[in-house]
Amino acid sequence: MSQMAHAGKKPLLWDYLTTVDHKKIAILYLWSGLFFFVLGGIEALLIRIQLMFPGNTFLVGKTYNEIMTLHGTTMIFFVAMPLVFGLMNAVIPLQIGARDVAFPFLNALGFWLFFFGATLTYVSLFTGSAPESGWTGYFPLSDNNYTGHGLSYYAIGLQISGAGTLIGGINFLATILNMRAPGMTLMRMPMFAWTTLVSSTLILFAFPPLTVGLFLMIFDRLFGSHFFDPAFGGNVVIWEHLFWVFGHPEVYLLVLPAFGIFSEVIPTFSKKRLFGYHSMVFATMLIAFLGFMVWVHHMFTVGLGPVANAIFAIATTTIAVPTGIKIFNWLATMWGGKIRFTSANLFALGFIPTFVMGGVTGVMLALPPADLQFHDSYFVVAHFHYVLVGGVVFGIFAGLYYWWPKIFGRLLNETLGKLHFWFFLIGFHLTFLIQHYLGLWGMQRRIYTYLPGQGFELGNLISTIGAFLMAIGVLFFVANIAVTFRKGAVAGNDPWDGRTLEWTLPSPVPEYNFLRLPLVRGLDAFWIEKQAGNKEMLPAEPLGDIHMPNASFLPFLMSLGLFIAGLGFIFKDQYNPAFLYVGIGGLAITLLTMFLRSVIDDHGHHIHHEEVESMEGGASLS
Amino acid sequence: MMNEAKTVSLPAHPERATMEGKNKFLGFWLYLAAESVLFASLFATYLALRHSTMGGPTGKELFQLPTVFLATVLLLTSSMTSVMAILSMRENKASRMKAWFIVTLLLGAAFLGLEIYEFTEYVKEKHTFTSSAFGSAFYTLVGFHGSHVLFGLLWISTLLIRNWNRGITLYNAPKYYLASLYWHFVDLVWVFIFTVVYLMGKVG
Repeated sequence: MSQMAHAGKKPLLWDYLTTVDHKKIAILYLWSGLFFFVLGGIEALLIRIQLMFPGNTFLVGKTYNEIMTLHGTTMIFFVAMPLVFGLMNAVIPLQIGARDVAFPFLNALGFWLFFFGATLTYVSLFTGSAPESGWTGYFPLSDNNYTGHGLSYYAIGLQISGAGTLIGGINFLATILNMRAPGMTLMRMPMFAWTTLVSSTLILFAFPPLTVGLFLMIFDRLFGSHFFDPAFGGNVVIWEHLFWVFGHPEVYLLVLPAFGIFSEVIPTFSKKRLFGYHSMVFATMLIAFLGFMVWVHHMFTVGLGPVANAIFAIATTTIAVPTGIKIFNWLATMWGGKIRFTSANLFALGFIPTFVMGGVTGVMLALPPADLQFHDSYFVVAHFHYVLVGGVVFGIFAGLYYWWPKIFGRLLNETLGKLHFWFFLIGFHLTFLIQHYLGLWGMQRRIYTYLPGQGFELGNLISTIGAFLMAIGVLFFVANIAVTFRKGAVAGNDPWDGRTLEWTLPSPVPEYNFLRLPLVRGLDAFWIEKQAGNKEMLPAEPLGDIHMPNASFLPFLMSLGLFIAGLGFIFKDQYNPAFLYVGIGGLAITLLTMFLRSVIDDHGHHIHHEEVESMEGGASLS
Repeated sequence: MMNEAKTVSLPAHPERATMEGKNKFLGFWLYLAAESVLFASLFATYLALRHSTMGGPTGKELFQLPTVFLATVLLLTSSMTSVMAILSMRENKASRMKAWFIVTLLLGAAFLGLEIYEFTEYVKEKHTFTSSAFGSAFYTLVGFHGSHVLFGLLWISTLLIRNWNRGITLYNAPKYYLASLYWHFVDLVWVFIFTVVYLMGKVG
């Protein structure tokens, strides 16, 4: 009879393996991201346990390097990226009034590429040698002479997941530019949609240099080329350039969506419209532009010369201006508002002072003479954790508490949420504030121990205690999820008295999102209708059949092919040239699935409007 | 569905007439932007390493401009024939479009054959992927382009085989269009390779 009835009968696992629904892909991204967050967090605790006392032998040498490298790689690529992508997938089509993303098939492919890339990187833990030259993979530390085969896992794993990210970025750009509801002009888009648009542009231009860098790394390691080998005329600084041309925009493409989340959360819980919307949009673009102009500030000590250093120092410090505009706009939004201290809003409020501190140390690091002193010290570690945890992780938590009811239909428990927030915030500052001082006192980063009497004992002890407080905070969050699934309060359409389009829809949202596309009459579209006394949006179209994409197993297979290919190439390096054929076989699987995708027509299907109407009348839609 | 298009008249831009077509059109341009950055990174790497020959032959000694010039002519002509194919598509003339795409394929294959011949000649002169950083950078940049040409040939062939007995429809018109767009991009990159690698290499 109907596609929806069939969809309801699908086994859960098969449903998720073949789904092209952006809301289910969001859930896949969120669960994988949270899983890797726990892994990366355990790695962080291991690092902190080792550094708790001088001369500790809990985790030393190569093992320490491996855990430290995995922690950094995991947190950036397998935690921050998928969680941000998960929230984007869950929210963006709803916020702009679209029935779907522009390319549902590619959306699924993006997720599976990320998933198999991350899994491949972690296979290294079980085959003898994990990556060990830091998440930046600097040469010559990353070449065959100095490291085991872990770096091949790093290179190929990141290559596969990076392809997924690029696909996702293109998808969101096309979605936001092409699929907005009638009346939703660019300057009426919610800030989260804006920051997603801009950060997708960053993905578009930042990931290809990483792709090239990783290819060159793979060629050097597996096929004997000499890009980074000075003995044959290679140059290690090329790696640093390629890595940071990607790496610096990367932190902005992570933090801009977090800024977008705060720009949704703060107005909603202040009951005011966002102050300075236009300047927020402008500041977002300016941050993105400047984010590309500053990669050399990671290379001040390489010796590129005073002119290069000066130009990049100025560009870097300039970023403080648009960021400051944003901070003041958030403060002005709260000014005179009716502020509700929900868990989501607490994370937004905790973010502001935390991120400002990270910004201030950023300006300190942006000055080359000072940077020469801070370089490779714990001051740098403290700075980037203030920015990435204080910005991105706080943003993700705010977004999770804010949109959880829309995604799963149930409200997260507020008491547990507040315990989570306070343990996490206090633990965070305890862990990382002292690390600024440890850096100034002379403690280097990347070391696995220090001697008694160097003056690092107390600082490291405090830092480790803080890390455990953060972990307790996360445990409260995990408990919160479990409690919510068992007996969470049912959310309803609009639990927060929201301002944007997603709150007009049932929670969880039906497969086709909007029964009829809404007519948008201004910024904060739903709020405008509420002020006008309307309970829902005006429709922009008559009721009709809704066109939906077909589910497909091909994205999973395509990514699995690359996973097998990656394993083959890595094992060729490690054991036996014959594994090259496994690698080629894996590539063949991918090419074959691409061929199938080309020759099998996929016109999608329609949900008939009679059917939709009967379902809208009923209660539960899953 | 729309498969019986021979009797149906097409809009002026069949490749952008549907929402799906519009999305593909925009998405593919964005993808090409990413590809540009990819090739820009490879060019930068090549420029940094092109003098690191480590005693092996230099580009000045290696490059045979007549061969490369012939390859360039073949590839740029194939760009023009793919334009002819798309113009035929917009006029809903399926067999003329197919013919022009076949000419495009032949020219592209001839280009690829010349490139393989060129590579084998260089290897005979001890200029290999592993002989120096210059060798690694040269084969990576030019080879990346070559593999793009190969991919384009496979893509266009698949499209032609799949749609051989079907007219031009709103469903397959965007696919033809994107394949030709990709082909133009690959040719454009070659213009830069011809200039940066071969002409600059000949100057020294």
